[in-house]
Amino acid sequence: MDLSFLRPVDLAFTLAVVWIGLGVIGLALMRSPRLILDAVFPVGAVVALTLAVVGVWAINVPPSAAILPAGLPDLPFHVRVDPLSGFFLLLLGGVSFGISLFSSGYFRGEGEQGLGLLCFQYHVFLASMALVLIADDAYLFMVAWETMAMSSYFLVTTEHHNEKNRKAGFIYLLVAHLGALSILLSFGVLHGGHGDYTFDALRRAELSGSWATIAFVLAFFGFGAKAGMLPLHAWLPEAHPAAPSPVSALMSGIMLKTAIYGMIRVIYDLIGGIRWEWGLTVLLFGAATSLFGVLFALMQHDLKRLLAYHSVENIGIILIGIGLSMVFIGSGHPVAGVLGLIAGLYHTLNHAVFKGLLFLGAGAILKSTGLRNLNEMGGLIRYMPHTALYFLTGALAISALPPLNGFVSEWLTFQASLQAPLLESSVVRSLVPIVAAVLALSGALTGMCFVKVYGVAFLGQHRHELAEKPRDASAWERAGMLWLALGCLALGLLPVFMIGQLNQVSQVLINAGLPDAAMASGWLWLVPTSSAQASYSPIVFLLVIAAVFALTYLVVRHVYHGRLRRSDPWDCGFPAQTSRMEDTADGFGQPIRQIFAPVFLIHREIPRPDDPQPVFKQEVEDRHWYWMYLPIARLAEFLSGHVGKLQQGRISVYLLYGFLTLIALLVFAQ
Amino acid sequence: MNQASGIVFQVLQSVLVVLIAPLMLGWVNQCRAWLQNKSGAGIWQPYKVLNKLFHKDAVLAHNASPLFRATPYVLFGCMWLAVGIVPVLATDLPFAPAADVIALVGLFALARVFVSLAGMDIGTSFGTLGARREMMIGFLAEPAMLMTLFTASLISHSTSLVTIVETLGQREFVIYPSMAFAAVAFLMVLLAENARIPIDNPSTHLELTMIHEAMILEYSARHLALIEWASSLKLTAYITIGFAIFVPWGIAQAGDWIGLPIALVALVVKLALAGAGLALIETVSAKMRIFRAPEFLGTAFLLATLGMLTHFLLEQ
Repeated sequence: MDLSFLRPVDLAFTLAVVWIGLGVIGLALMRSPRLILDAVFPVGAVVALTLAVVGVWAINVPPSAAILPAGLPDLPFHVRVDPLSGFFLLLLGGVSFGISLFSSGYFRGEGEQGLGLLCFQYHVFLASMALVLIADDAYLFMVAWETMAMSSYFLVTTEHHNEKNRKAGFIYLLVAHLGALSILLSFGVLHGGHGDYTFDALRRAELSGSWATIAFVLAFFGFGAKAGMLPLHAWLPEAHPAAPSPVSALMSGIMLKTAIYGMIRVIYDLIGGIRWEWGLTVLLFGAATSLFGVLFALMQHDLKRLLAYHSVENIGIILIGIGLSMVFIGSGHPVAGVLGLIAGLYHTLNHAVFKGLLFLGAGAILKSTGLRNLNEMGGLIRYMPHTALYFLTGALAISALPPLNGFVSEWLTFQASLQAPLLESSVVRSLVPIVAAVLALSGALTGMCFVKVYGVAFLGQHRHELAEKPRDASAWERAGMLWLALGCLALGLLPVFMIGQLNQVSQVLINAGLPDAAMASGWLWLVPTSSAQASYSPIVFLLVIAAVFALTYLVVRHVYHGRLRRSDPWDCGFPAQTSRMEDTADGFGQPIRQIFAPVFLIHREIPRPDDPQPVFKQEVEDRHWYWMYLPIARLAEFLSGHVGKLQQGRISVYLLYGFLTLIALLVFAQ
Repeated sequence: MNQASGIVFQVLQSVLVVLIAPLMLGWVNQCRAWLQNKSGAGIWQPYKVLNKLFHKDAVLAHNASPLFRATPYVLFGCMWLAVGIVPVLATDLPFAPAADVIALVGLFALARVFVSLAGMDIGTSFGTLGARREMMIGFLAEPAMLMTLFTASLISHSTSLVTIVETLGQREFVIYPSMAFAAVAFLMVLLAENARIPIDNPSTHLELTMIHEAMILEYSARHLALIEWASSLKLTAYITIGFAIFVPWGIAQAGDWIGLPIALVALVVKLALAGAGLALIETVSAKMRIFRAPEFLGTAFLLATLGMLTHFLLEQ
């Protein structure tokens, strides 16, 4: 059979349509939730896996494009899949496979009535993300982008009985639209008055220097708002936790990445001619975002909110990688630029995998215990050993610990930043390693944060009397988490394969790749530039530790003995140990609160010394609300109050408006 | 040197360092005893302690999870790998390309996370207290450590320790201001990361001041022995990293069998001096309050950054 007519672009589009179809089927099957769970979600997962395969294929073949017989008359939709889209399709498919499997188990039990609608929104959300990635004109891009925002808005407000969730959804919608407006304006600037909004035309348009910078700024902040970049992050820790956990995983894991995709597509591909000043902007925003995100994560005791703040942090790390790449490309060092780009993209994928996994883990805990507050958890490793193991994998990966995947991308980012001596400007040259130091600090803080999460939630004694013993995750849920945990392991242990693919992406995107010496060292050794400069082999790393582990275990057992006695904890001979003596999540964050006090806005209520029932209250708030969001909100309210005066409710006044407009037009139109 | 003999050498070097690490600790303790006008327990005492601990029956809390039991072995494995990839005697190490300085810092972070998690596993008040403090010291020390290593990396255009040693060892003997700053910063990080005075006191179980000891309170017998051994390995690993970067002379180049005895002598001399110096620092300084630690390590970070900037501004 001749299959040459099949191209990645056709398959990717078909799969997106299949997803929408599945959503519609889900809507039709509203009355039989079992069928939705047993059939629709698993089929959606298979579609996701196929999409991932199509993504890998697309990375390794020349770009393919098509014009769809849809859209407005004279304004058809253009779609195109190139290696960059292919990589993000791989991310979307690979991660949502695990999440869909998990969803199939997670949505069982209570709340099955609204399942049809949820299934519809879920799959439309997935399809819209796929369409964003394959869109090849500004029109389809914006349509898909808005569909993505709307479907995720409805998913965030799934539990709309809770007022907090409705509010979170509203803030989300607001920031999403401000971002979309900015992106739209950026496309407007790019198109430069030719009347053609295909990406091909935008790519060809010659922009003068200042217009290019305006387009960059608009795109950077527009996509930055969606990605949760500082200071446009405020919606993220509100909206992501409000959604059901698999949807949080989709939003944090994948949706934020479509913003990264948009940023790279517009800046590298459509605007082109990158300048190092832009790169420096991205770099500094990235550094600030990553540090801020992790500091606020350490202050949280709501597990999902904490994870959402970590998404802010990781977006910062991705931006550091991309910013480095732009600085190097802008100063004429494309090879170092490739390294930064690969580091950024690799972290994009890594973050999708481990953050998806961690949100699923949080979902599993929420489902079996009903708890989101870390301070009430504890000792879950004894009831949920599988979830505990997967969560540990995710926690080690996000903490950038070798040999898991988070470390690989941070390592690459460090390697990129160590190319700083190439730069001519001594200010930038000294700034780059300082950004690397910020990255090191936020990496180490992440480690602390996940020791807190894991130690407080899974280890120790349980702090809260539960009505029944928490059950471990079901088979579907475990399968989803296992898939993502294996992803963390594979991306950590065999980074060379993925870097080969990313090299392909960068070859097509910026016509430059890693030096041949880097790719020639074989699959065991990760070498970014040359083996004398730096190398890393996670497999050897892991094998040595495992071998020493096994050897020590055997030697200790054989030469000495394995005798063991169980008893009560010793704790310096302290007799009465209750779970109230353990650190809470807030207690664990106390050193951070003290060291970084100026960053936080802390409200304290301290009881009087003679209070018979003293209560100590403390709240940590985000300063951005006060200096940025609230003034803007007040300004908007003020303006709309004045505009509202136009509305009189009397027909004669409206007729007067019409009359005045007519006069004005007659005067000015001449 | 061919690959096979390289691996033999690699294993021999690791075993040698693993075996002499407790001796290093014994030497530091002995020096400190002398400085404090005591007779001391002798430099072999750590071996006797380890032997005693291995013979004892392990006592484990009822609610200890598998993570708690696995941690001592993980810790030992991490430290073994660390001393395996640092060029202690020679630069010809087949395993060294597996991890560069950044991965080395990651390796120490991995060990730290595991031991902190184990500290929280039983759910005692001291365990969590120790874990929290350890992670605090860790996140303060890690960036300073990386900046120090980056200074060395920028000078030698490589993050591989082997290349760093080869480059720095062949430079003419001049005091480089950047390396001077980096060395002071490294020393401060070394003290903090190895639970030494002025950040932590290895010889106290005073409840309110301990960090490292608080985390491992629940360990006994063979588990404790492995953790103690790993701690001495960590100290030795840090000291040898310091040698490799700041005093790389004497380390044999690749394939240089004649250089090996010289390297061994140089190593023993350097270790003896470093141990005596450490004992001196611990004798003349007092332990700080825990919330002075950010200032201490902040200074280390600042010095390391200053070192790097000096390199950019003066030495290029």
